[in-house]
Amino acid sequence: MSSPRLGATPSRTARTIILSLVGLLFAVPILAMIEFTFRDGLSGSYTLTHWTNLANPAVNAKYAPLATALANSGVLVVVTVLLVLVVLLPTMILVELRFPRLRRVLEFICIVPITVPAIVLVVGLVPVYSVVVKVAGSSIWSLGFAYGITVLPYAYRAIQANLGTVDVVTLSEAARSLGAGWATVLLRVILPNLRRGILAAAFISIAVVLGEFTIASLLNRVNLQTALVLISKSDPYVAVIFSLLALAFAFVLLLLIGRLSTVGSRRRKA
Amino acid sequence: MTAPARRRRPNLAVLGLTPFALYVLLFLAVPTVLAVTTGFFDKKGGFTLDNVSALFTPQVLSTFLSSFWVSGVTAVVGAVVGALVCYALLGTRPEGALRQSINSASSVLAQFGGVMLAFAFIATIGVQGIITVTLKNLGVDLYADGVWLYQVPGLLLPYLYFQVPLMVITFLPALEGLKPQWAEANATLGGSRLTFWVRVAGPILAPSFFGSLLLLFANAFSSYATAAALISQGSQIVPLQIRSALISETVLGRSNLAGALALGMIVVMVVVMFGYSLLQSKTARWQR
Repeated sequence: MSSPRLGATPSRTARTIILSLVGLLFAVPILAMIEFTFRDGLSGSYTLTHWTNLANPAVNAKYAPLATALANSGVLVVVTVLLVLVVLLPTMILVELRFPRLRRVLEFICIVPITVPAIVLVVGLVPVYSVVVKVAGSSIWSLGFAYGITVLPYAYRAIQANLGTVDVVTLSEAARSLGAGWATVLLRVILPNLRRGILAAAFISIAVVLGEFTIASLLNRVNLQTALVLISKSDPYVAVIFSLLALAFAFVLLLLIGRLSTVGSRRRKA
Repeated sequence: MTAPARRRRPNLAVLGLTPFALYVLLFLAVPTVLAVTTGFFDKKGGFTLDNVSALFTPQVLSTFLSSFWVSGVTAVVGAVVGALVCYALLGTRPEGALRQSINSASSVLAQFGGVMLAFAFIATIGVQGIITVTLKNLGVDLYADGVWLYQVPGLLLPYLYFQVPLMVITFLPALEGLKPQWAEANATLGGSRLTFWVRVAGPILAPSFFGSLLLLFANAFSSYATAAALISQGSQIVPLQIRSALISETVLGRSNLAGALALGMIVVMVVVMFGYSLLQSKTARWQR
């Protein structure tokens, strides 16, 4: 830092002060959650029982609703990721290969859910789901259709970031001219090239679905988040413990996405 | 024979687009249209302007004002603090561990809104929260004027917790786009650091800064889960008023009010996001 500073670069002191102050402020709520899970009621002393209770069959019977909710969220994750892989991904590839003029239209459609917030969408989903329930029954998986829309902007961006760097048209023409059928082109040429984007899309979808509360709560469905609210009223410690675990899980997922994209960009530069 | 075969192929390919088109139609287009049009109908399906005119009653207007206030304050504070963090990050190496980890942490925390965020703040500044209790032992009562965490002002701190990280991930690319050559050119021409910020970097970054600010506003305006988990009853901000309207269906004695509120929200969101995309296209010029 001995060279004279030009233009944009901040001084070392300014940088240290800003980053440590903001970092500290943002660490407090997370630390407060951790501290909370070790509290022994209002007594002021600390205990491990809230954590050990998780493995204690005598107590954790009352966590059964939470287990159901976790299973529900698991089903929703699977349905949503399947929708991304089976409905969105093939459409994006098809548009890239055969309808490049529709690219803008597809982008516009996929970005719409940002402008239509979940709380607005749910007003229209109430009548839609009263029909869905008649057709498909009231089991949890059908909620995945709504979540597929919620994750659309994230999944689209993740896949598009990858698709933009791969020349799928040339690749598929090359494969076709070497005698490959369309199935081979898709499975052995295009998809392997999109692996990073597909993985990132799946991870971000998982993170979004696990954190979703608005739609489930207002359609009276049970998922992880609605169950957390419910259980926090009887046992706030368990609710906070599960929040921390879910947060840690989401953190790992999103770190993996970051890893995927930096590995990719480094490779591209090389 | 080749001509008809060629003509047939695109038709088959169009078929490939139908699953997505059908899905988006049923679960995005239909709900959105239903959401914004139900406000124009009464319970029996007849056309009415009652619900939409209810948007202009003092009760609903004050809810919109609260929403604007919360979104505005958290957008401005979030944008300024986030921009400061971005500025500080400019002093770190782009591929370095510090910038990478702050980047990933920001993308996690920008997604962190919702129930878990509410818990975090209850554990921090709730009545028994660690900060509240610590301050009390020091003789400072956070809640001397009543418990504000479960009211509209209580939303500010939790909202900032996802607004600042969102600002970092949306504004950092613009700051990284400032070319060292511009600073060098400014220095060779005899400009000071102040000149650089006021005459070069400022004008280039302004559209991106205000664009990100609009995005933050939209983000706070549309978020529901955090508020719902903190404020279990009432209709203090618009999303919560939609909740009460959906649950009771008889707010102000009007049915389908939720539809009118949804329409009001969409109008605000479309205006804000349109401004965002306008500013964004101005930004894109400098990010090559």
